[in-house]
Amino acid sequence: MSAAPKVLRDGDLGDLELDERLRALWQTPRGFIGWLSSVDHKQIAIRYIVTAFCFLGLAGLSAIIMRLQLATPDAHVVGPDKYDQLFTMHGSTMMFLFAVPIMQAFAIYLVPLMVGTREIAFPRLNAFSYWMYLFGGVFLWCCFFSNNGPDVGWFSYTPLALTKYNVGHRADFWAQMITYTEVAGLAVAVQTIVTIFKLRAPGMTLDRIPIFVWGSLVTAFMVLFAMPAVMVVSTMLILDRLVGTHFFDVSLGGDSLLFQHLFWFFGHPEVYIIFLPATGFVSAIIPTFARRPIFGHTAVVLSLIATAFMSFGLWVHHMFVTGLPRLGESFFTASSMAIAVPSGIQIFCWIATLWTGRPRFATPLLFVLGFIFNFVIGGLTGVMVASVPIDTQVHDTFFVVAHFHYVLIGGAVFPLVAAIYYWFPKVTGRMMSETLGHWNFWIAFIGFNVAFFPMHILGLEGMPRRVYTYSAEMPWAGLNLLSTIGAIVFFVSFLLLAFNMARGLMRGAPAGNNPWDADSLEWATASPPAPQNFTRIPVVTGPLPLWENRDALPAVAGLRADRKEVLVSTLTEAEPDLRATSPDPSIWPLLAALAIGATFLWSIYTPWAVIYGALPIAITLTGWFWPKGTKEDES
Amino acid sequence: MRGLAARGYLVAVLSLSSCSPLQSALAPEGDTADAIAWLFWFFTIVCAVVWLIVMVLLWISLTRKRPDSPDPQLKPDRSRERRIGIVIAGGIGATVVILAVFTGASFFSNKSFAEPRPHGLTIKITGHQWWWQLNYEAHQADQTFETANEIHIPAGQAVRLDFESPDVIHSFWVPNLAGKQDLIPGRFTELTIRADKAGIYRGQCAEYCGIQHAHMAMYVVAQEPQDYAAWRAQQLKPAVVPKSAELRRGQQVFISNACALCHTIGGTSAGGHVGPDLTHFGSRMTIAAGTARNSFGNLTGWIADPQHIKPYTRMPAVALSGPDLIAVSHYLESLK
Repeated sequence: MSAAPKVLRDGDLGDLELDERLRALWQTPRGFIGWLSSVDHKQIAIRYIVTAFCFLGLAGLSAIIMRLQLATPDAHVVGPDKYDQLFTMHGSTMMFLFAVPIMQAFAIYLVPLMVGTREIAFPRLNAFSYWMYLFGGVFLWCCFFSNNGPDVGWFSYTPLALTKYNVGHRADFWAQMITYTEVAGLAVAVQTIVTIFKLRAPGMTLDRIPIFVWGSLVTAFMVLFAMPAVMVVSTMLILDRLVGTHFFDVSLGGDSLLFQHLFWFFGHPEVYIIFLPATGFVSAIIPTFARRPIFGHTAVVLSLIATAFMSFGLWVHHMFVTGLPRLGESFFTASSMAIAVPSGIQIFCWIATLWTGRPRFATPLLFVLGFIFNFVIGGLTGVMVASVPIDTQVHDTFFVVAHFHYVLIGGAVFPLVAAIYYWFPKVTGRMMSETLGHWNFWIAFIGFNVAFFPMHILGLEGMPRRVYTYSAEMPWAGLNLLSTIGAIVFFVSFLLLAFNMARGLMRGAPAGNNPWDADSLEWATASPPAPQNFTRIPVVTGPLPLWENRDALPAVAGLRADRKEVLVSTLTEAEPDLRATSPDPSIWPLLAALAIGATFLWSIYTPWAVIYGALPIAITLTGWFWPKGTKEDES
Repeated sequence: MRGLAARGYLVAVLSLSSCSPLQSALAPEGDTADAIAWLFWFFTIVCAVVWLIVMVLLWISLTRKRPDSPDPQLKPDRSRERRIGIVIAGGIGATVVILAVFTGASFFSNKSFAEPRPHGLTIKITGHQWWWQLNYEAHQADQTFETANEIHIPAGQAVRLDFESPDVIHSFWVPNLAGKQDLIPGRFTELTIRADKAGIYRGQCAEYCGIQHAHMAMYVVAQEPQDYAAWRAQQLKPAVVPKSAELRRGQQVFISNACALCHTIGGTSAGGHVGPDLTHFGSRMTIAAGTARNSFGNLTGWIADPQHIKPYTRMPAVALSGPDLIAVSHYLESLK
């Protein structure tokens, strides 16, 4: 240090020159290899979002084919074999390849901007996570298109998924896809937590963290605790299938229900892993369009945390008809009902925000209102299925299908579409059409309710889920046809969304930095943000930085202008602590993902693949972690 | 003759099925289903009221008249915030009370189902991919018998069902009578059902159990005690002896072909245990676990090409000549 020449710091330079230098530093390299090597959190998040939307399209199309098959009794649109693959692909894709990744992708994009830093923590791990996710998803769909799609349902219960009842490799593909995507999910969780804990702009104390960031933080912790359970269970399943362990084979001392316990120990938190980021969108959007701070900031944050804790104590309500002891079941009834309380607190706080604010009915707010309408229905039917006696009637029927689509679409997809309309101008620099947006909302809202509300009645009228057809003697045809019509309308609303996005991208009005007059830091930077996010790192003086500082945000100086540096701050008070170097673009994460992905795939055919694959994995990881000779962090 | 009359009655009821909900949780015909339906409507009404209140509040929050003042971005009115906070606390309190009532109601209802009830009859039900095996149990071995897919019970009496599954998880569900119960390999599960009055109730497997999960139905036929006793007496008998040349030929075809490897017909040398017991097949309403009505035409089609009617069913097509096919179908139809 002592002999070092004078280093160039951001405080020494004017805005324009600094911006130019930082752009050059943080820019993703040109060319195809450069594109593959990118570690920019914004680029990776956009790749995640685009990929997740492709999977949404595929899973949505599967749903449409299933709805056409069920529209009339004894139909022959698809046979039972294809139908079983379709519902498995639909569920697995929606849960593992769409819902969780897209929520994490929004966190990857928004969290660094919202906390005022230049890059997510562990950017190469971020790139790696995307490639793992992409390979897992593409691999699963390749299996489907070669008529080898898994056909055991998205929760793949044993013994049905054991080799005895599922010959071939279909269930193996399911289990390996889970492993790929969970590796990706865990990686993103770690990055999110570290970014939020250590990379916040100076002055962003815990009580000034935006609620969406809180939601992402809580979700990341849930991922950390829930996903290992499903990785364990998918690994146990594949070991049972490939090397003859007997975790689940009753005839050899295994247990059929063990799978269900492990799966739902993950599976129930999973619902909240999808739902909590969505409530984060809502808590970001409502204050902007009500034009006041959220009512009960602390109560909302505590509700998020309470929901996360409680969500780990509900899983048995998926197993009420397996013949577990009654007293134990009642405990899970109580806990499943109690989780309605934190959700209720959030809803009351949002209504209070709207009540005391001055609502402006832009498209994002419309989708949020649709969310409240639908999600409250899903939440209340959730209270109904929490009751053991009622659940024994509606479990595994279309009533439950209706319930969880109200929770997942009503509770997560409506806020997600709101979020797309809301942040699209930030990501692309252009606005989407409000007129089309209003059409989009009403078509989605009506289509969704026409598609899913009748399913409640179908379930009560005795229609079980996962039946590929039903007899004309059953009184189900009318409502099924109605539901199919609704599903098609709902699908059209997504085509309209895609059109509106494409139109916005090509000839939307320029957005400017803060088109909605929002309060959080991501709106302080350019739209789309420069590669370095912020030319000068802002200093946060309150919970609503852009409303409190109408003219310009105060900024901190001292980061180097000749090296990729991020500011590390302390955990609770967010006081500047260290300057850390952010890694350069690298191709190694892609190569490592390829090596690991190929090993996973190969291991389906022979356990020796794990041995052979270890070598390329070791090589790529060594390449990735090879010391580059950059100076260590300086305080 | 009583059996025949009963069958005529069954067919008549079955053909009316499109107007009477014979598989619906909303039309309870048994004590358990009745209690659940009551609980369901209680929950539904309370939830609907809660939803309406939330929607009305949301509507007012959006449309109410506001004083013409600047945006309240940074200056919320402190005392009003406090008042609203109190209202929300009240709302949360009310939520907690409702949830506590709900929890209590379902706990006591659940507890009452769990209490052992005196029952006369015990039936062991085994779930197979994709049909139901029924063993009527009794203390004396000669009072036990086996049948499939059609559960006759005396109306007004509690009947205990013991469940078993040798392959994958199935779920027994007859919504008019009771909630569902899984059949889990390696575990013992049970359910007590009671039909309030005579009638036919349909049910089907509710846990995805493989490719023909959709065609794994069963019927519960609740009969007046004397009708049930007559049915039972008939089931205890061995199969009727074929009386005409045609029927004798049918029996011969059955025994000398692959049929006998999988199916049992009591009183003959056919003793397979892979598929359903066919000793009194002719008395049943449906074939292939509720897939089709039991008629001569359907049966002939089923034997000739089971994969066409129920793809991937475990029953293979057996190559029979036209006359053999007709003879064996006549024979099976004669097994009342």
